[in-house]
Amino acid sequence: MLFHFHGGIHPDEHKLESSERPSARAPLPSRLIVPLQQHIGAKTKAIVQAGDKVLKGQMLARADGMVSAAVHAPTSGTVLSVDLHAVPHPSGLPDLCVTIEPDGEERWIEHAPLDYRAMPRAELLAKLQGAGIVGLGGATFPTHVKLSINPAQTVETLVLNGAECEPWITTDDRLMRERAAEIVQGIEILRYLVNPAETLVGIEDNKPQAIAAMRQACTGTDIQIITVPTLYPTGGEKQLIKVLTGKEVPSGVRPLNVGVSCSNVATAYAIHRLVNHGEPMISRLITVTGSVRTPQNFEVLIGTPVEELVKFAGGALPGSNGFILGGPMMGLHVSNGQLPVVKATNCIIVESAQLFPPPPAAMPCIRCTRCVDVCPAELQPQELHWFAKSTNFGKAQEYNLFDCIECGACNYVCPSHIPLVQYFRFAKSEIWAREREKRAADAARERHEFRLLRIEREKQEKAEKLAQKEKAALAAKAAAAVAPATDSAPAAVQPAPAAAESAADGATQSRIQAAIDRAKEQAAASKEKDTDILTPQQLAEMAEIEARRADIREIAHADAKQQQEQQ
Amino acid sequence: MLTALLVMSGIAIVLGAVLGFSAVKFKVEGNPLVEKIDAILPQTQCGQCGYPGCRPYAEAIASREADINRCPPGGEEGIRKLADLLGMEFKPFGEDTAAPKAKAVAFIDENVCIGCTLCIQACPVDAIAGAAKQMHTIIAAECTGCELCVAPCPVNCISMVTLPETAQTWKWQYPVNDKVASEK
Repeated sequence: MLFHFHGGIHPDEHKLESSERPSARAPLPSRLIVPLQQHIGAKTKAIVQAGDKVLKGQMLARADGMVSAAVHAPTSGTVLSVDLHAVPHPSGLPDLCVTIEPDGEERWIEHAPLDYRAMPRAELLAKLQGAGIVGLGGATFPTHVKLSINPAQTVETLVLNGAECEPWITTDDRLMRERAAEIVQGIEILRYLVNPAETLVGIEDNKPQAIAAMRQACTGTDIQIITVPTLYPTGGEKQLIKVLTGKEVPSGVRPLNVGVSCSNVATAYAIHRLVNHGEPMISRLITVTGSVRTPQNFEVLIGTPVEELVKFAGGALPGSNGFILGGPMMGLHVSNGQLPVVKATNCIIVESAQLFPPPPAAMPCIRCTRCVDVCPAELQPQELHWFAKSTNFGKAQEYNLFDCIECGACNYVCPSHIPLVQYFRFAKSEIWAREREKRAADAARERHEFRLLRIEREKQEKAEKLAQKEKAALAAKAAAAVAPATDSAPAAVQPAPAAAESAADGATQSRIQAAIDRAKEQAAASKEKDTDILTPQQLAEMAEIEARRADIREIAHADAKQQQEQQ
Repeated sequence: MLTALLVMSGIAIVLGAVLGFSAVKFKVEGNPLVEKIDAILPQTQCGQCGYPGCRPYAEAIASREADINRCPPGGEEGIRKLADLLGMEFKPFGEDTAAPKAKAVAFIDENVCIGCTLCIQACPVDAIAGAAKQMHTIIAAECTGCELCVAPCPVNCISMVTLPETAQTWKWQYPVNDKVASEK
């Protein structure tokens, strides 16, 4: 029994172009540019340097923090540099990448299969993180985080996402047709990790061969292959869960809270490669299609430049004018062919004006609410558009802007050709920036208030000390005044306070002397300073910090110079 | 007649007791309006408004001593928010107020620093680490960019560095009505 999610559209599929050719292994590119951050979450920390020789599968950067995943060398070779390079990010800003020149030998680092059933769950999850396994459905959320289930939660349903609803993309289709048995082995590992009552694999009905292959591979197991109707965006996590189980994942909540765990079939395959072969995530299947000579799927090493990959597919046809990384609905439009493919890249579409004509100019919203009819998140895109346009972000949040999955269905049906999703992205990032600023302001306020408090406290302490000193002086005076009254001999009066004073002076002097001696002794005792006994690692870190400082200094000088020039 | 008097005075006593109790129990500390204004101010503590910090400025606004257009780090949007909160008209920046600048943080050239601690005393948010005759350095994450440390430095080793845009701080632009919006 299948359910429906709200809305959805039927864009032209364009899948046959690439789905009927078997996938091929892409040849080694001339160089590999491996970005150090290919997942959602905390940055990684590079553990190689320029000039290092690396082996295939060797770790290049280790995960730093819980929501982070390691990055590995896709092939053996020499590290040319660890520095900024353009990466597939909508900002176009460069990020840290390791550039590797392959030596062509493809020499593997030592690796062995894991006996996962003999392993505690936590250890297996740590292995996933160490192997850089992230969700290959598009969001690249670290898989070990997704599978970390606290004991209070039980997973009723494990959902495997093989819907692949976006036009042009056929990687999951080819993967399921060609490597169904391996995927099923990966699913078994997932089942061991989350221990679900039932396991459902959702595949859209436009992939009959994939469905048949998966059905065959699943015989004898209790994994159910379920054919779902073709409708964009069935492949959305919350949408597929709704279709398969009827459960609605509430706003701001993860599927685990309703007892469902959802992973992509390609992620299951990657887990199989790790557990049964010991291979970290260094390659993935990518569809190269659009305006190319032979549209096809390739097993591609992460870090392969887009341009070289397009060349493997016979090269771009004349009239091509850029690339889409991902699908046409949600993908990233880029013009730089030097960008590397990353773990998130499932498809490269070579654009041409013929295939993707530039959209007509946007016209005003006529409130036809066609976008409402198709929105799979059941939002009111026309209202959100209105609020984002007038930068009324509070109201946009009230209308659940953050439930928008940016699927682009509203853009597709809008008769006024309004780039609705662009407005939503703009509003989302503005809201995030404001929250960052707010947090910074709150922290600054707290620090400022603490500083005022500290100054006040210091003042008070000083006053107290002063008061005590005065009191002591007064007491001494009083004692001196009392002394002559009791003692009748005036000759003895004069030396008494003087003697007391000098005695007190002597005591302080000797105390100071003692302290100086003590300090000297300590200095003599510790011949070695701790700065003299540094490990090579610490020395390397210091050198790195010095280099960074030099960089910043340069920037600062440049800035100062600019300012002077302006003046 | 007597009953009426008794009833009325009875009510008066009871209500008086309730009012007296709530005046003590639910006493509002400080001016709540100041809190709200302070929450809008950017907390750079730079003093460009002419008050020694954001809170004194908030107090001055609350008592209608100061205008709402004296905070350059808050930008025009800050003025707009203050105008909304106080039910006033938006006012552009006055001529005597500095123009808003991009967010920058202070940077100490550690080769030049003599360890005089003057900047540490000037920093309103304790974002400078160091001690007498020891090199000082800015904790960039805590620096509000108020520039209060620049002037006291006797060796001019502090400069303001504009923060570069990173993938983490980058924002989507307001859409323009063509395909370029999704590019780059």
